[in-house]
Amino acid sequence: MATPILEVRDICKYFGNVIALNGVSMKLHAGEVMCLLGDNGAGKSTLIKILSGVHQPDRGEYLVQGKPVVFNSPRDALDHGIATVYQDLAMIPLMSIARNFFLGSEPTVGRGLFKRLDIASAKQIVRDEMAKMGIDIRDPEQPVGTLSGGERQSVAIARAVYFGAKVLILDEPTSALGVKQAGTVLRYIARARAQGVAVIFITHNPHHAYPIGDRFTILKRGQTLGTYTKREISREEMIHLMSGGDELNNLEHELREFANDAIAQQLADAIHEEA
Amino acid sequence: MASIAGQGDRSDERLRRENRLKKLLRRPELGAISGAVLVWFIFAVAAGDRFVSLRGSANFLAVASELGILAVAVSLLMIGGEFDLSIGSMIGACGMIVAILSVQMGWNIWAAICAALIAALIVGAINGLLVIRTRLPSFIITLGTLFIIRGLTIGITRLVTGRTQVGGVKEAFGYDSASQVFASVFSILDPASARGLSANFPISIVWWLLITAVATYVLLRTRPGNWIFGIGGDATSARNVGVPVSRMKIILFMLTAAAAWLVAMIQVLSVGSADTLRGESREFYAIIAVVIGGNLLTGGYGSAIGAAFGALIFGMVQQGIVFTGIDSDWFLVFMGAMLIIAVLVNNYIRKLASEAR
Repeated sequence: MATPILEVRDICKYFGNVIALNGVSMKLHAGEVMCLLGDNGAGKSTLIKILSGVHQPDRGEYLVQGKPVVFNSPRDALDHGIATVYQDLAMIPLMSIARNFFLGSEPTVGRGLFKRLDIASAKQIVRDEMAKMGIDIRDPEQPVGTLSGGERQSVAIARAVYFGAKVLILDEPTSALGVKQAGTVLRYIARARAQGVAVIFITHNPHHAYPIGDRFTILKRGQTLGTYTKREISREEMIHLMSGGDELNNLEHELREFANDAIAQQLADAIHEEA
Repeated sequence: MASIAGQGDRSDERLRRENRLKKLLRRPELGAISGAVLVWFIFAVAAGDRFVSLRGSANFLAVASELGILAVAVSLLMIGGEFDLSIGSMIGACGMIVAILSVQMGWNIWAAICAALIAALIVGAINGLLVIRTRLPSFIITLGTLFIIRGLTIGITRLVTGRTQVGGVKEAFGYDSASQVFASVFSILDPASARGLSANFPISIVWWLLITAVATYVLLRTRPGNWIFGIGGDATSARNVGVPVSRMKIILFMLTAAAAWLVAMIQVLSVGSADTLRGESREFYAIIAVVIGGNLLTGGYGSAIGAAFGALIFGMVQQGIVFTGIDSDWFLVFMGAMLIIAVLVNNYIRKLASEAR
């Protein structure tokens, strides 16, 4: 099998006397969607903060394309092609779409004192990239605050893909969204995967995870309960592992609703076609 | 239709023509510009020739320019999400550094000016570092340094000179060339003056316009400008996409300190003396001008042009009230009311701008 694009081995992270992560291992390959599942407090956020360079692990190895790395800042992770899209911190509402899109990596023309933003090409690139993701934006200069939550997430995903992300970490991109908007975002995740991007999709919603995921890593109380391919695990087993079985009865009800969920069905079909 | 089609793929059939008007409304400085026009007309009617004449204009522009230099720097910092209250004391401190070094110690005035600039930049950097390291609101940190700097200025000046005022700067080495740069005056014969008096436009107006132009260019057309909006809008997301948030904030604090230094140089070289109390409450005047200029108090939104026009409004009101013959005590009432109205108007405009379309 090819070298994983990203791998962690026995990662541990402590905050004072709190053990946030206690020996987490996982692998991620290009062109696949890895769903990171777990209940609140399972350590999902800590793990992605380590992956994206916000925190440094106290123990364990972090390998990118087979080589050990140490990230001191999110910038280091970005330079290795690992981009993170945060649920609520993805965009700055009062700034225009184009300015948000290029924040931190603005295109410039001229040099020295005359180095200035290349506004025209920034607008054109934003328009083109969003069109590739299937969003036709009206005006790249409109403030991001005027976009819907799903559109904002999509702009953030498009931005990460445009800037050469090889690994895209999505922190609960669908949790604050309605059913239809969540469907939109899941569709862009599928598109990003089709472009060869490896995606880590963090969620505590198995209904969003199962249709899109290729592999599922389940975290519980700072440890991995294992990684499963879609073939190895059924949705029911996955939910069982996540919740520990206690809440299974309650979830069954939701599950039945899910069977009737047209959007999810549509997605499953779309994924089937791609495969 | 042909002209629209001619624009090619840049145009979109879903964009209506009204959007041009909305685009204009979306500019943060619109309120300040229209407010400035309104205030000008009010005083043109109320005070007549004394306000409208070249002499009157030179008068309020001089006031506006000194405040405008501060306001533009403060607007950059405020867009970046921080406050600097220490600039008022910084003006007093920089003026005193120049006066003591050039008069008491006999330094060449250019050396004293450079020393004052270095001191200002160091204080600005300390403000920025404290804000970043302690994570306290910059309002608190710079309120503290406001008092510390004022106290140090008074204390050290009294220790060294035994007084709180130091004069004789005009006799210092190098005064002539320095006053050319900071305190020269363009005199134009005022045709409206019956006695043949001329209107004196101080060079601070040129500094004001220059700084406004540079700040506007930086904000709208350079990468650091984009970063300023980003760190003020949301520092964490800006950091997450690789913006050097801490470095930018420290630079912005150094810029406001440098603006205070420039105002101090203009004052000390045109008056020829320094006073430990100079610059008092300028920090609040600057914030008022910046907010009237359409800058959002919580950062992430605003413009340097707006701040410059806010300062213009301030200057027109302050001098216009004198020209109308109304007791100038009322000036503070007017400015306070203006501040509140400006915030209300700006909130309304911003709501128009950011509502879903």
